[in-house]
Amino acid sequence: MRKIENEKVVEIRGLYKSFDDNHVLRGVDLDLYKGENLVVLGKSGTGKSVLIKILVGLLTPDKGEVKIFGKNALGLPIKELNQLRLRIGFSFQASALYDSMTVRENLEFPLVRNVKNISRKEVDRRVEELLEAVALPKTVNQMPSELSGGQKKRIGIARTLILYPEIMLYDEPTAGLDPVTCIEINNLINQVQEQFNTSSIVITHDLACAKQTGDRMAVLINGQFTAVGSFTDVFEGAEDPQVKAFYDYNFIK
Amino acid sequence: MFYKIDSRDTVLSKKLDKFFRGLANAFQFVKRFFQEVWRPPYEFREVLRQCYEIGYRSLPLISLTGFIIGIVFTNQSRPSLAEFGATSWLPALISIAVVRALGPLVTALISAGKVGSSIGAEIGSMKVTEQIDAMEVSAINPFKYLVVTRTLATTFMIPVLMMYTDFVALMGSFINVNQNELVSLSTFFIQVFESISFLDIFSSVIKSLIFGFTIGIVGCYKGYNSSKGTEGVGQAANAAVVMSMFLIFIEELLVMQIVNAIRYA
Repeated sequence: MRKIENEKVVEIRGLYKSFDDNHVLRGVDLDLYKGENLVVLGKSGTGKSVLIKILVGLLTPDKGEVKIFGKNALGLPIKELNQLRLRIGFSFQASALYDSMTVRENLEFPLVRNVKNISRKEVDRRVEELLEAVALPKTVNQMPSELSGGQKKRIGIARTLILYPEIMLYDEPTAGLDPVTCIEINNLINQVQEQFNTSSIVITHDLACAKQTGDRMAVLINGQFTAVGSFTDVFEGAEDPQVKAFYDYNFIK
Repeated sequence: MFYKIDSRDTVLSKKLDKFFRGLANAFQFVKRFFQEVWRPPYEFREVLRQCYEIGYRSLPLISLTGFIIGIVFTNQSRPSLAEFGATSWLPALISIAVVRALGPLVTALISAGKVGSSIGAEIGSMKVTEQIDAMEVSAINPFKYLVVTRTLATTFMIPVLMMYTDFVALMGSFINVNQNELVSLSTFFIQVFESISFLDIFSSVIKSLIFGFTIGIVGCYKGYNSSKGTEGVGQAANAAVVMSMFLIFIEELLVMQIVNAIRYA
């Protein structure tokens, strides 16, 4: 059982986001507590990824308030936004590894650019530590094109962790992977939380991933969270027909 | 009496709107380049790497094209000069044509196809696979790392490649002249340098700098603004070549007018 503190690291209030006539988020409220894994569930195109992209400043909301570590995170000047970004890790759906760099260079890139005067020894130590953490120490000199889908995900997570972030955002971590690799990635998410003491938001539509990794679930339907709570609370006693349908159509039932 | 708006007006207004928005975006992109280029951190290593990539990647094609242009242009010019018994003017004619126009233009057009398309495709694929977003969330400025470095590299390397093209084209021309008119290398190059002025060389270097900047910034702009997945990458590469070539011809025309105005002032 994880130790979840009462301190809120992310507070989202009344968040709205539209793309032309497509109203994706319609007044979203959500909190992330220190040390917890929060899973955001929903069908494709419901705005789950949009939500976490707003948190790191990749997208700007139309309306609403976002506080990260108690400070307003919207409309920050680029210097302050970058300071905040260093405390948040973002694992992309398609891993987003830099094609032209080896695994080592991929991991070193954010480190040497953000930590001034870091020694070669320290860079090597961190790269080794992270590759050990994701159980891929032998891939250090490989190119991303030589890795499998699951390995890419792991290296993507390792690159995200190299700056020791306090919050981890996972965008569809198990999308496109076989069931065995999915379980390995889910275990890795739990391991990262324990080893690096992070608070995480996991975006997924995979209920198995949600059940294995999440302390709390939040189901996003029609631009709003219709149910928030533990897996049992949200799904097993679900009364909302859309939440129920989401549960029923998944392979669990 | 009111003018009735029909669907053709809507289509036209949407096209105009898209055109002017595109123009404004491009202007903002160029403006951002000039703002970012002076700000630290300076990516010297990446600029050098790009210079090497751009120069090395273009060298074989530029060598071949330059050499053939020298031979063909000499061969095609000979009959006209021979009619007046003026084939001894061939080195002068070729040098003026190559240094003033052919060298910069051929180098730029080949580089637009080879380098511009690869920049457009590379940055476009980074965009659609979220690699640019990955840089941003790691607090790294992707514009500086990708756009500024590549644009600086093309701006520096196109003049170097242009000088190389001039040399190779003149060597091609020399081989042809040497075979037909039995002119020695020293005589050929004495005639070449007698017929060109400092203004010719200076204007072709300036022209190449402008062409290089155009190839780099257009390739980056098209790649950076690509969308629609892999289809968008192909479109970005294609648009980078077409737009660069279009702009290169316009710039050639403008610079030629300015240089001629200076020359005959």
